Amino acid sequence: MYKIAKENLPALFQRIAEAQDLILPIENCGQVNFGVWSEDAKVDIDTLKSVKSPKDAFFPQSENLYTCVREGKKIQITPEELQNKDFVVFGMRACDLQGVELLDKVFLAEPVDTFYGARRQHGTIVALACHEPEETCFCKVFGIDAANPAADVATWLIDGELCWKPLTDKGEALTKAVEDLLESDAGADEKVETEKSAIREIIEKLPYSSLSLDGWNGDALSEKFDSPVWEELYKPCLACGTCTFVCPTCQCYDIKDYDTGHGVQRYRCWDSCMYSDFTMMAHGNNRTSQMQRFRQRFMHKLVYFPANNDGMYSCVGCGRCVEKCPSALNIVKVIKAFQNQGGETS
Amino acid sequence: MSIEANEEFRPKIVAFCCNWCSYAGADLAGSSRLGYPADVKIIRVPCSCRVNPMFILRAFEKGADGVIMCGCHPGDCHYSTGNYYARRRMTLLFSMLDYIGVENGRTRVEWVSAAEGVKFSTTMNEFVEKIHSLGKNVRLGDLRCRN
Amino acid sequence: MQELIARAKELLANGTVARVLGWKAGDLPYNPEPAYFEKEEDFKDFVYNGFCGANLSKYMIEASKLEGRTLVCLKPCDTYSFNQLIMEHRVDREKAYIIGVGCKGKLDIEKVKKNGIKGIQGISGAELTDDAETLTVQTIYGEKTMPYKDAMLERCHVCKGKEHMIYDEIIGESKDTKDGDRFAEVERIEAMKPEEKFAYFQKELSKCIRCNACRNACPACSCRKCVFDSNKFDSSQKANVDSFEEKMFHIIRAFHVAGRCTDCGECSRVCPQGIPLHLFNRKFIKDIDEFYGEFQAGEDITVKGPLTSFTFEDVEPGIVAERG
Repeated sequence: MYKIAKENLPALFQRIAEAQDLILPIENCGQVNFGVWSEDAKVDIDTLKSVKSPKDAFFPQSENLYTCVREGKKIQITPEELQNKDFVVFGMRACDLQGVELLDKVFLAEPVDTFYGARRQHGTIVALACHEPEETCFCKVFGIDAANPAADVATWLIDGELCWKPLTDKGEALTKAVEDLLESDAGADEKVETEKSAIREIIEKLPYSSLSLDGWNGDALSEKFDSPVWEELYKPCLACGTCTFVCPTCQCYDIKDYDTGHGVQRYRCWDSCMYSDFTMMAHGNNRTSQMQRFRQRFMHKLVYFPANNDGMYSCVGCGRCVEKCPSALNIVKVIKAFQNQGGETS
Repeated sequence: MSIEANEEFRPKIVAFCCNWCSYAGADLAGSSRLGYPADVKIIRVPCSCRVNPMFILRAFEKGADGVIMCGCHPGDCHYSTGNYYARRRMTLLFSMLDYIGVENGRTRVEWVSAAEGVKFSTTMNEFVEKIHSLGKNVRLGDLRCRN
Repeated sequence: MQELIARAKELLANGTVARVLGWKAGDLPYNPEPAYFEKEEDFKDFVYNGFCGANLSKYMIEASKLEGRTLVCLKPCDTYSFNQLIMEHRVDREKAYIIGVGCKGKLDIEKVKKNGIKGIQGISGAELTDDAETLTVQTIYGEKTMPYKDAMLERCHVCKGKEHMIYDEIIGESKDTKDGDRFAEVERIEAMKPEEKFAYFQKELSKCIRCNACRNACPACSCRKCVFDSNKFDSSQKANVDSFEEKMFHIIRAFHVAGRCTDCGECSRVCPQGIPLHLFNRKFIKDIDEFYGEFQAGEDITVKGPLTSFTFEDVEPGIVAERG
């Protein structure tokens, strides 16, 4: 176990950024989001949750796939280069980490998404334990331990000191590169253990920690799909894409062309099942009403995904949708609504 | 930025001209052999009122350095009132562009009648010169259109 | 709130209305959601407090298509939006039974959290009935307090007044919470140099994630299909490309609602990235006031909007350059 004083973190960031890109939570105009470190960036590792999840680091909201340029009668096609430089993501939380694992299941399964794969290969993740979990957190429900994030390096921020513990080869390599800035401290283990139990104690007290996922599994497909509850639930939904765009596990994307006037850029961007053109095909759209689109999001997370991935839910309980939905709807309300429904009918 | 420093710079200028007055004015400028820079690309519209604010922004996005809109003089609109509406819209749009930090010389509205070939030519010459002095539009262009 | 519930139940029971559009208590102390109430027992969850910020006028567009009348709870500022929607024939006055509900300023949970308050378990002082000036928040990390005023939404600091513009009846007292100048921030930006203005908006809009919450929550954005959703139009739509599209989207959106925007502030309230989107709308409102005379959208449904009318003596667009 290593440690570094909080005031020395800028030096650590500088050192990491000398050799590779460093992505970490940065405050911009009052909001914290993950971004590339620069000397004048306002790093904020105290805020528990960034507005957008850090999935951007591996699966950016929009990225080019290839560019076509027209020259006379010829068209030149240049594929976008894959990530070939190492980079570090600092300050991911345990839930975000689980989010990346979920994305792995989607993008690293055959056929492998090479853009994503290259980023995963070159990225080192330094995760940060959640010092003060908030009322919107429910990662415990999905079996995630916010006190012990298992990334390449796990860190804990305790009393103005960052305790640093490499867990993988990538983590060891990064630690080696910054070793002179870190201080070896055998006594830190004990401090970390105390911090861990303190965090777990808080998590027990959180209002959503007792949420039950009973009845949500791959086998519940027809029962949940046909439930009349959706008709009531979706009503306040404004059909914006906030929940899907702040979510660490939403992985749907769209591929589009941009006409640059002298060529075409083909890019992909996140799509949202809340949007009317989601999975639009030549014949039209599969889901024609907002109720169907709304249902899709939760069915995907709680039924379809577990059905295809050995029961693993594609929600990590980060609570970003709970905080950001303009109509105060969220996945927790959906889960609870079905429980209440079950109680009434049985 | 001086004109000398921009010797290489050939601005791209889009002129929206209404069919009934300004486009005819441009025609007259041509048939009277009055010159105006080839940097000005004219887009003919049925009426100045047809110009949607999006047209102006799209022109900038795709690489225009200046956008000018020409229509009939107020009171002379072929459709009676089109240019009055256009006038309000453009006033507000230009004010907004100024507000977000786009140099206000890059946008202009001029009323040119079918008999004003001279005015068309001098307006375009003036406008091109103005854009020359402002240099390339870097604030509103889409980065993807540059490479 | 009890009076409101009693009256709503009565109207529902005697058949005047088929449903009630109000707010349902959330599962946290601060997240009530807009909801329909059709049966008497539904009302056990009915709530109306400081966190009921949503402008229900927007929901009335859909509710107008339903069978029977809908009782809708509108705050003073929401009634401007409703009026504007009547003018645009997007809602049906006959299908609405409007109860003007009292308002003493709505709360912004983000502001509470920005104050360092987290792990919220309970909040008192947000009820409409008590005149408490302080919010008391019970958290996992202890009890915290903050002045009610400091937790208010930006729009409430420039409150348009406590009068309802349209209603069938009023229940509850309202308070004018205005303590700031609506155009102060716009003027501050106007006074900047062009490069500063550009940098300011560039920075703010770089946060935009194209979630379209601003558009979808906006009562003036009532198009059946938005131009930015068109597949025929080469727009990035949902991609944040960080160059020009965000600016174009927000300028065009503000332009499309110019002269119709009542300044209800929903766009800024719902923005997950806290972008002060009202600054675009207020710029248009300020210009309209200056150039074409003072105008408040939704105040008087007999007056034509400033962009659907004109005078022969209107200022020329050149004024923008002249005034410097």
